[in-house]
Amino acid sequence: MPHRLELTGITKRFPGVLANDNVSFAVRPGEIHALLGENGAGKSTLVKMIYGIMQPDAGEIRWNGQPISVANPKAARKLGIGMVFQHFSLFEALTVLENIALGMDSKIPSRELEARIRQVMSTYGLLLDPHRTVATLSVGERQRIEIVRALLLDPKLLIMDEPTSVLTPQEVEQLFEVLRKLAAQGCSILYISHKLHEIKALCDTATILRGGKLVDTCDPRQETSRSMAEKMIGAGLKDIVRAAGRSLGEPKLVVSRLSTVKTGHFEVPVDDVSFTVRVGEIFGIAGVAGNGQNALLDALSGEIRSDDKNAVAIDGYPLGLLDTTGRRKHGLCAVPEERNGHAAVSDFTLSDNSILTARDRLGMVMLGLINSGAAKTYTGKVIADFAVKALGPASTAGSLSGGNLQKYIMGREILQKPSVLVVSQPTWGVDAGAAAAIHQSLVDLAAAGSAIVVISQDLDELRALCDTLAVINMGRLSAARPVSEVSVEEIGLLMGGVHGTAEAHDAVPA
Amino acid sequence: MDITIAIFITLVGAATPILIAALGELVVEKAGVLNLGVEGMMLVGAIAGFAAQFYTGNPYLALLAGAFAGAATSMIFGFLTLSLSANQTATGLALTIFGTGFSALAGAPFSARPIELMRPLFPAELATHPMWRVLFGYSAPVYFSFFMVFAIWYFLKKTRAGLILRAVGENDLSAHSIGYSVKGVRYAAVMFGGAMAGIAGACFPLLLTPQWAERMTAGRGWIAVALVVFASWKPFRLLAGAYLFGLVMTMELYAKAGGGPLSIIPSELWAALPYLATIVVLVLISLRRDASTNAPACLGKPFLPSN
Repeated sequence: MPHRLELTGITKRFPGVLANDNVSFAVRPGEIHALLGENGAGKSTLVKMIYGIMQPDAGEIRWNGQPISVANPKAARKLGIGMVFQHFSLFEALTVLENIALGMDSKIPSRELEARIRQVMSTYGLLLDPHRTVATLSVGERQRIEIVRALLLDPKLLIMDEPTSVLTPQEVEQLFEVLRKLAAQGCSILYISHKLHEIKALCDTATILRGGKLVDTCDPRQETSRSMAEKMIGAGLKDIVRAAGRSLGEPKLVVSRLSTVKTGHFEVPVDDVSFTVRVGEIFGIAGVAGNGQNALLDALSGEIRSDDKNAVAIDGYPLGLLDTTGRRKHGLCAVPEERNGHAAVSDFTLSDNSILTARDRLGMVMLGLINSGAAKTYTGKVIADFAVKALGPASTAGSLSGGNLQKYIMGREILQKPSVLVVSQPTWGVDAGAAAAIHQSLVDLAAAGSAIVVISQDLDELRALCDTLAVINMGRLSAARPVSEVSVEEIGLLMGGVHGTAEAHDAVPA
Repeated sequence: MDITIAIFITLVGAATPILIAALGELVVEKAGVLNLGVEGMMLVGAIAGFAAQFYTGNPYLALLAGAFAGAATSMIFGFLTLSLSANQTATGLALTIFGTGFSALAGAPFSARPIELMRPLFPAELATHPMWRVLFGYSAPVYFSFFMVFAIWYFLKKTRAGLILRAVGENDLSAHSIGYSVKGVRYAAVMFGGAMAGIAGACFPLLLTPQWAERMTAGRGWIAVALVVFASWKPFRLLAGAYLFGLVMTMELYAKAGGGPLSIIPSELWAALPYLATIVVLVLISLRRDASTNAPACLGKPFLPSN
């Protein structure tokens, strides 16, 4: 039996970068094949060539033994290649049905399409109302649309690009069920991820890329997560180093009865949230995207001001009425989730971006005049300390890759030595090596006496990083518990909003 | 009774060109393109329609000439904004300035040389009674405008092509990644909008004043643009809006003619009313946050695919 998909010597060059260098691997029918690598390792480029979005400069793609050239995504779908993107290509204002119809190459009457959609949904247990507007759906539900859309074409190869980064553990398990069912029916799956335990749980084979080159093709069940991670980054993985015998100090950040009002259509407000973060503590807030995390970050940073001055306080000093500038002056710095346009201005230089948040704490502005020398020096230090790949302080924020921009933003805040740092998704889209560095710097900042709040959807990250963990669901925060005492299942249930369980836990003294 | 019917018939005449131009702009905006050059395209359509009527005497050819001229003008806009990714607002404004100047230049030889107005579509016998005139007394563009309200609603809501067009206006990058030609759809929409504006422009010499006058569209193109927002990008609301504005403009004519109670308000104020109403409507709409949620998400943004 020929391989479902076979790549031989695939090479793709971009100006200045060799994105894929002589990559060869093969996928058998019904195989779940992991494609593993850091950001910039060339995974995306490779699958884009398989899916016909780009053309290889050299090399051969064979499909069921036949050499093919995939001219465009439509041709790929015709062959039986489906793809679920990491960033969904959905239209928020349109319904589920309309979105799926747009992805179909053949014209199908909408009634017939709806019947087929319902059939696929019931076969694979993907529940969705076809007439809902996408904007009202959760991320997990949106992903289901993409999967249904791909499955309607009856694919022989399904490419999944980082599908679990936004899902709860339960949703991940449901997704795996669907994928296993598909594989059992003979559909091959190319699964792109950097979450190693998932790959170990799901995949039959793993192909590891590094810097555009193939490093290894292995059986993930025979490997440890660590050995695969080290192949991925090409070096030994650093563990988070914590000072021994560390104890948490006095309460630093006290949030009491913090609420926000609903602003946009689809924004979930914060509802009566209270928690305390002590000196040296890293406080994690888990939750599925869209459960009030954005509002919580804004309410903590000062972008949304409270009516109650005591809603947010540092060392007993009330900050509730202050805006971001005022709170920053008092030592509360924040990193929002959205890098471009929220945490940084993409058309500004890094130096100017430093002025935007560090001006008061580091004296970059005197009598209304900018001390650009100080900004430049500081930005240079951020670039050097956090290994940001940028030409220098004069590069624009928009010219940096997502991961590098994140490193810069994290560095910009951490080096200001805030007494309280609130970060959302600190390592979103950042490769394993850089994520470890960011984690380490957060741990060091806490060890130096800061209180840190980490809002993240990545449970592995929170469990590795935090001392205390709470879950946000529909704007409400669960009781905080030491991270060592909660299991993934419990967190997952809280994230899914099983409120009975949440209350039961509230009753138990943590 | 007769005065009411007379007012109504004037109202239809005033509303029709605005409606036709606004319907075209609605389709353009649904595809995510903001073409502020409607007024300019209307003027080019007006002179083309006038010239065609002058030389051939066939009003249908004149409308067709208006449509072609409008579409051709819109392609200048299309090339600059879609192929060269120029700023849509600035290009649209430039297009209006161009259309104003070009139509004045091309229209100069026709001044003081009247043409024949377009005749009603239905035979005169059908429209002898005043009541019947309200239904059957108009020329073809009026019926065309009603038909297009329905046709565009149906196209956007019920057809696959309409869905693709909305998708392109909603999220151009996604539409591109699925494999639709964003530029192709937008070019087609812009060209359609240009043709509609051209027809709307040609209505001025063919239906209203059978003489060439510079800037004869008198800012109606701007009202059409505002109406699209006023109507929250919905064709049937556009119909209502166009007739509302038509009514105010008709009032102005009657006030000018010394029509009884209307003349209490000076006719200058009546004349200013549609434009004031446009401003008020736009202010009200921007105050009402929900209204903007129906706006195509990519409206006015250039399409810049990453690869």
